Amino acid sequence: MKSIPVSTTINGDACEFLCTPDETLLDALRNRLGMTGAKEGCGTGDCGACSVTLNGRLVCSCLVLGVEAEGAEITTIEGMADGDELHPLQRHFIDHAALQCGVCTPGILVAAKALLEKNPEPSDEEVRYWLAGNLCRCTGYDKIIRAVQAAAAEMRGA
Amino acid sequence: MSLDEYRKREFKQVGQRVRRPDGVDKVTGRAMYGADATAPGMLVGRVLRSPHAHARIRSIDTSAAAALPGVKAVLTGADLPVQEDAFVRDVQDNCMAREKALYDGHAVAAVAAVDAATAKAALKLIKVDYEVLPHVTDVDVAIKPGAPVVQAGRTLENVPAGMSENVTSHCEFGHGDPAAGFARADHVVERHFRTAATHQGYIEPHAALASVTSDGKAELWCCTQGQFFVRTLCAAIMGMEASQLRVTASEIGGGFGGKTTVFIEPVALALSRKAGRPVKIVMNRDEVFRATGPTVHTSMDVKIGMTKDGRITAAEAHLRYSGGAFPCGTVDMGAQAAFAAYDLENVRTYGWNVMTNRPKEASYRAPGAPQAIYAVESVLDELCQHFRLDPIDVRLKNAARKGTKSSYGPTFPDIGLVATLEAAKRHPHYTAPLKPGQGRGISCGFWFNFGGNSCVSLNINTDGTVGVTEGNPDIGGSRASISLMAAEELGIPYERVRTIVADTSSLGYNDVTDGSRVTFAVGLATIKAAREAIRVMCGRAARIWGIDAEAVEWKDGAAVPAGPNAGKFPPMSLAEIAAVSFETGGPIAGHHEVNVDGAGVSFGVHIVDVEVDRETGATKVLRYTVFQDAGKAVHPSYVEGQMQGGAVQGIGWALNEEYIYGPDGRLQNPGFLDYRVPVASDLPMIDTVILEIPNPGHPYGVRGVGETGIVPPLAAISNAVSRSAGIRLSELPMSPPRVLKALGA
Amino acid sequence: MVKVRLWGSLRQAAEGQTEVEVEARTFKELLDRLVETYPGLAPQIARGVSLSLDGVIYREAWFTEIRPESEVVLMPYMTGG
Repeated sequence: MKSIPVSTTINGDACEFLCTPDETLLDALRNRLGMTGAKEGCGTGDCGACSVTLNGRLVCSCLVLGVEAEGAEITTIEGMADGDELHPLQRHFIDHAALQCGVCTPGILVAAKALLEKNPEPSDEEVRYWLAGNLCRCTGYDKIIRAVQAAAAEMRGA
Repeated sequence: MSLDEYRKREFKQVGQRVRRPDGVDKVTGRAMYGADATAPGMLVGRVLRSPHAHARIRSIDTSAAAALPGVKAVLTGADLPVQEDAFVRDVQDNCMAREKALYDGHAVAAVAAVDAATAKAALKLIKVDYEVLPHVTDVDVAIKPGAPVVQAGRTLENVPAGMSENVTSHCEFGHGDPAAGFARADHVVERHFRTAATHQGYIEPHAALASVTSDGKAELWCCTQGQFFVRTLCAAIMGMEASQLRVTASEIGGGFGGKTTVFIEPVALALSRKAGRPVKIVMNRDEVFRATGPTVHTSMDVKIGMTKDGRITAAEAHLRYSGGAFPCGTVDMGAQAAFAAYDLENVRTYGWNVMTNRPKEASYRAPGAPQAIYAVESVLDELCQHFRLDPIDVRLKNAARKGTKSSYGPTFPDIGLVATLEAAKRHPHYTAPLKPGQGRGISCGFWFNFGGNSCVSLNINTDGTVGVTEGNPDIGGSRASISLMAAEELGIPYERVRTIVADTSSLGYNDVTDGSRVTFAVGLATIKAAREAIRVMCGRAARIWGIDAEAVEWKDGAAVPAGPNAGKFPPMSLAEIAAVSFETGGPIAGHHEVNVDGAGVSFGVHIVDVEVDRETGATKVLRYTVFQDAGKAVHPSYVEGQMQGGAVQGIGWALNEEYIYGPDGRLQNPGFLDYRVPVASDLPMIDTVILEIPNPGHPYGVRGVGETGIVPPLAAISNAVSRSAGIRLSELPMSPPRVLKALGA
Repeated sequence: MVKVRLWGSLRQAAEGQTEVEVEARTFKELLDRLVETYPGLAPQIARGVSLSLDGVIYREAWFTEIRPESEVVLMPYMTGG
């Protein structure tokens, strides 16, 4: 299959890559660009481990084609920290022990950040429903909810 | 260490909620998991899997696949040696079928090609000539004489005559005279139960990158709970010497027991050897469900007799477990664990393992225990309802304690069940008011916990920091816990210790990360290694001061003269001793190698409130509290995390998760959409109460905590459903259709 | 002599007994004596057994000392997740 050139912006940096027409954005990120922060847990949009944002919208990158990134703005887990300054969500995930194996963590952080940008003061229930598309098998979600709420409070300046 | 000594100890580091050393890597996407590794010239490996539940492989024609441009190697079972050892043979045959495909998804061939598209195309060109055979996927069918035989000739000498050849082993445990006990009971309840097979459901699919070179050396990177065991199995399958195969464990994206064996690792190695290039295989989710993991599925009968004041007079269980298409010992564990929580005069458990055309069972958190204990705790609850007795009081009345002869034989030493039950009874959750239609259930749980082979090397760096090298993949924060124990023993801040997980060429053999063993056993080896380093440091200080080594002791991170007679010298800190180590004899290290025994058993009690929706049959978990004995919680947040994660896996097992096989013997739901694990919106917060009843077998009193938490939820929820909706289900999961059926809707 | 408690399904291999007595000072000696005295136990012992000594479970450990008054229980080889 002939590859297609794609010009896009990832985490604020202009970026070009080649991919085949049937290649997912997740595979392009991981295999073409070396950005392995997004994980493939299912390949069918059920687990959320591959979450990124595409033009500000939270998506499963396993359900997006690489060519759909043309002209788009993509953010991934690799762009969440500002240099060595962790995002409050990242910091609170560590401080609240909200990760064990950590393989779902990049997707959950990307999803949680997208939530807080829309809704800076979500209820626990809103956090739970927003994150319902992100499977975590280790934690039982308890500490994840607490970490998201602690980060939200900090970001609101509370 | 004696309990008195333990109780005197004031911990400075252990018990602190420190930041884990792998935290930043994991929140920034930098942590390297199995699928994240690459190698120069790497090929993509893919596996062809049987679409049949049971079929003889007449022949496999790989010529067209091999001829496809870009294909560099093709592999079938005929390329691998025939193993003499039955255990290794089963593992190998599960990785790549010989003669027969034994379940839907069983690997029959594999290819390595320049890219994924070529590998996929090559799989389509492999022609397998199958003779489809009758299959059996249900334990109750497979146990009957005349059922299709999954594998012939696998029955052990302990199986009574007259059963199907699918029955591979039988076990019996217990003591006393159950018949006499039942005769003394005021009421006897006997029920039949079934539980579905579930999958560990780790989010990270199996991944392996193998590189075999023409001089016979090999590197293997994979996500595993035990790189040393992977080496043992792969070296046997590949006919290699252990020293030539270096296995490096990547960060692991969950295991829960499911990554304690090999699936694609030997296949990647064999393909790499054939192709002369590195080969990476990453499973997709469909493959994970069809060909790895699941637990046993079970059929059980439990009978308990009780007096009207709540004393159990006799108890009996018949357990029929199927661990899939190979012999499996998990029923032995279930049969021993079934009644472990209780002090019983008359108790007997019988177990049978039965082969079915399903994937080979892999361990899952407390393997075998959740099922049997679900059945026992359900019957016990029904008796409490019958006599209108408080379920915690009844459990306290019958609870095993120090000196109880356990249902599996040994007499218990110090155990924490009574304290755990009392904590549950005192907790506000237990007496909180319930609304109409809501129900509260409780259950006890038990797991043995293990120790095992552990090597630790602890190096004192010249700048006063410390490196700990251990050999167990860190699933739930064990690097933090091990660093805490090293810091505690050495008397230095946690931040000065860094713990890493070594590859198989860097350290002696370490058992798999399983059996809740790592914080206990590797922790013990770490403490002993630190003591060895302290002995060396005290010796160096003694030489510097010109006094006897025996006259120096270690206090608060420094060597000090032991008593006034030793002489007057200011304390010499670890950093000060380390700084002059080259001048005083060379680098300083401590190491310890041991096969640890003395793991303390662990008990848990869970309380859950639920509400059953009578229209949809859905069960909503409203409130959940876990009580568990941790011995000593080294890092309380990660102990809570084990308790919460185990509870939620158990909730999934109770309410939703199941392997569903169609009449064709194929798995109907090999994906997260149809195999539904709990999501955030299904759940409340999971409250935790950690009890600390020290384990005399560990210097700090640590017990394993990883497994017990999955045991109680099954019965706790079933008992709560019974009290919420007035229906007593006896089959798991209690999915909405089953609940609706029980409601008569 | 040490009293060894067997689990139920080993009874048929030990002349119908669930408690047997052998002369042994260590785990290894105990296993060797059991196999000599009750050859029917050999296949299970070869597959692997654990030993509970005064309530503490040992998975291997040949040289673990057994005193005559010790409580010794033979168990299947334990596996975990």
